[in-house]
Amino acid sequence: MFSRNTTIAAVAVSAVVGAITLGTDAAVARDQIKIIGSSTVFPFSTTVAERFGKKTEFKTPVVESTGSGGGLKLFCAGIGDNHPDITNASRRIKSSEVEKCAKNGIKDIVEVKVGFDGIVMANSKKAKPMNLTLKDVFLALAKDVPDGEGKTKPNPYKTWKDVNPALPADKIEVMGPPPTSGTRDAFVELAMEGGCKSFAWIKAMKKKDKKAYKALCHTMREDGAFIEAGENDNLIVQKLQANPNALGIFGYSFLDQNADVVQGSNIDGVKPTFEAISDGSYPVSRSLFFYVKKAHVDKVAGIKEFLAEFTSEDAFGGEGYLAEKGLIPMPENERKAWREKVKALQNLTM
Amino acid sequence: MTDSFTQHSPHLANRHAAEIRFQWAGRVAIFLALAFLFVMIGSIFYKGTGAFWRTYVALDIDLSKDAIDPQDLAGASYGGLVKKALKAKFPDVKARRDRRKLYGLVSSDAAFALRKWAEENPAELGGVRKFWFVASDDVDVLRKGGIDVEGKESDRRVSDKELKWVATLAAEGRIEQRFNWAFFTSGDSREPELAGILSALVGSAWSLLVCFFLSFPVGIMAAIYLEEFSKKGWWSDLLEVNINNLAAVPSIVFGLLGLAIFLNTFGLPRSSPLVGGMVLALMTLPTIIIAARAALRAVPPSIREAALGIGASPLQSTFHHVLPLAMPGMLTGAIVGMARALGETAPLLMIGMVAFIADVPQSILEPATALPVQIFLWADSPERAFLEKASAAIIVLLFFLVVMNLIAIVLRRRMEQRF
Repeated sequence: MFSRNTTIAAVAVSAVVGAITLGTDAAVARDQIKIIGSSTVFPFSTTVAERFGKKTEFKTPVVESTGSGGGLKLFCAGIGDNHPDITNASRRIKSSEVEKCAKNGIKDIVEVKVGFDGIVMANSKKAKPMNLTLKDVFLALAKDVPDGEGKTKPNPYKTWKDVNPALPADKIEVMGPPPTSGTRDAFVELAMEGGCKSFAWIKAMKKKDKKAYKALCHTMREDGAFIEAGENDNLIVQKLQANPNALGIFGYSFLDQNADVVQGSNIDGVKPTFEAISDGSYPVSRSLFFYVKKAHVDKVAGIKEFLAEFTSEDAFGGEGYLAEKGLIPMPENERKAWREKVKALQNLTM
Repeated sequence: MTDSFTQHSPHLANRHAAEIRFQWAGRVAIFLALAFLFVMIGSIFYKGTGAFWRTYVALDIDLSKDAIDPQDLAGASYGGLVKKALKAKFPDVKARRDRRKLYGLVSSDAAFALRKWAEENPAELGGVRKFWFVASDDVDVLRKGGIDVEGKESDRRVSDKELKWVATLAAEGRIEQRFNWAFFTSGDSREPELAGILSALVGSAWSLLVCFFLSFPVGIMAAIYLEEFSKKGWWSDLLEVNINNLAAVPSIVFGLLGLAIFLNTFGLPRSSPLVGGMVLALMTLPTIIIAARAALRAVPPSIREAALGIGASPLQSTFHHVLPLAMPGMLTGAIVGMARALGETAPLLMIGMVAFIADVPQSILEPATALPVQIFLWADSPERAFLEKASAAIIVLLFFLVVMNLIAIVLRRRMEQRF
């Protein structure tokens, strides 16, 4: 019995060890595209991946949701089969990231713009819709607010009425994504900074002391008025239903899918609708991108075809299937320009 | 003078009352715990059972030679045929926007399904034939009562026109609900009506397999050595404390370890069940060692002494006599550890298993995801129909957990010997 048991154990252990060595060998030739990155682009990327897998002979690409920053970090780690081919980003790649990529041998990157996404501030349908300006948003949510010319004070505002007499006397309570999220980055850059810049002296500060400018405009308050509600936007939608006084910050596609329970606030007088985000009149909208490693294009089967599928009118076009998933398409001439750029595998220019 | 044998102490009533109070407090606690459990499981079943049913729409498809050329099956426009059938059903829909909505009644899978049928049954082409197609998720949610039909049109995802079309189709008996087998036989999809759990289930199975074959032999060997052979001293005390501490380490830490060692140092394939299983094995190892040691300790010393007394070596005494008696307890510990590993997401996050995987993984090296990760991904999706799917996946996960725990209980009851 002893000898039989040990043999079984030995076989089991050697099988696993064998599988491990096999694993490192088998990883060399890859026939499946690997995509990582932003959770905002994830629904669109997966939709294209699924259609691509069904339509063509290639395997369905694997799409991972890591967040924009995490995705670019992994993307820039190197060239080779264990590194991803494509990374999704809900903001443009930063020059520091391009440098990091170049340091690891990734010199040629193809940039693809997918379309737009609006960031909405929504509340429950049980409450009245809010009419906010970017300045209101900044004053309500910044850690420090201007106190006369050139001076600041810790944010004293408790209710919306304190911020702007035209707003209701409800407590400021805003739920939004954590700092790791691309939605948060974009919200801070577009809404907070946008409101911040409306003070002339702060705008002037940008040239003189960029660091102080950023610290003032980009820091959210931490005294409980702004609540980090995690990456799950569905959760924010549910919390808004439970608390009609609160506002939530999330992507347009969640507003689109939950139009019966939540409503978007007007920002600078513009309602967050498909049309307003598409033509750029809604102020808090951002572009979505993905980046492709050129060195992988010929090595991994199907990348070219995947790019063609993504940039086809059927997909990211005005009435393509991505629009149904909540993507806001680019204007027709812009789409055409990007399609040509992608077809020629044009290198990224900053 | 009081006689304590014949007279009750004045404190006795107080003490009885205290006992009754305590018992009631205990009962209330049990009731509360059960009530919470009942509410949780009840709400999951209430939300999730709908996902096991799926709505189908019947359409009359033109299969004549003009539509599908039997010589050139791949060349036919199957999507166009489905659209044509919808147009024929509702000829007064003219506006472009309305037509798009009309085409949206059936799932995007309809064209693929029709093509597959044509390729499999080329002999039956010709004429007009009634087909049942999967309905889109909006129609599905509508038929299951998930949309407030009374509310304002702008407040819901389904317009008044769509409501009318669905009502017309339903009146003609062209809408049906059937059991959703595809939920168990297909992989993940971005379309809620097509999404299934097979790829996640297989991914979980592969990971657990790797986890079991790594952690069980290693755990048992470690336990046998520590319990039966090692000398007791400060060294074994230190080991014991560390193993107990490891069992309490948050699972995300093991994920980070896996990322640093298995992926970055060894270069094993990202998102693969192999790495997932290895990380889970690290996590379950302490649990298995502790359970296995407890099982060995429960074997009475007389068994060992008897074996040694008639001339067996310590090795023989352990493997011939002690181990068979301790095995049921060890297996129970291993199964409970596996059940915990099955429900774990945090360590898988770090090694790339939180991913969209449509294809069913064929080996431990192919990218895969796991059941709890699938639940997380669905719960995070904007489409409302995915909430139902997430609850249904929780039901499946709970089912497997209950089955594993039942096996553990049966093993313990049937095979364990009491001394």
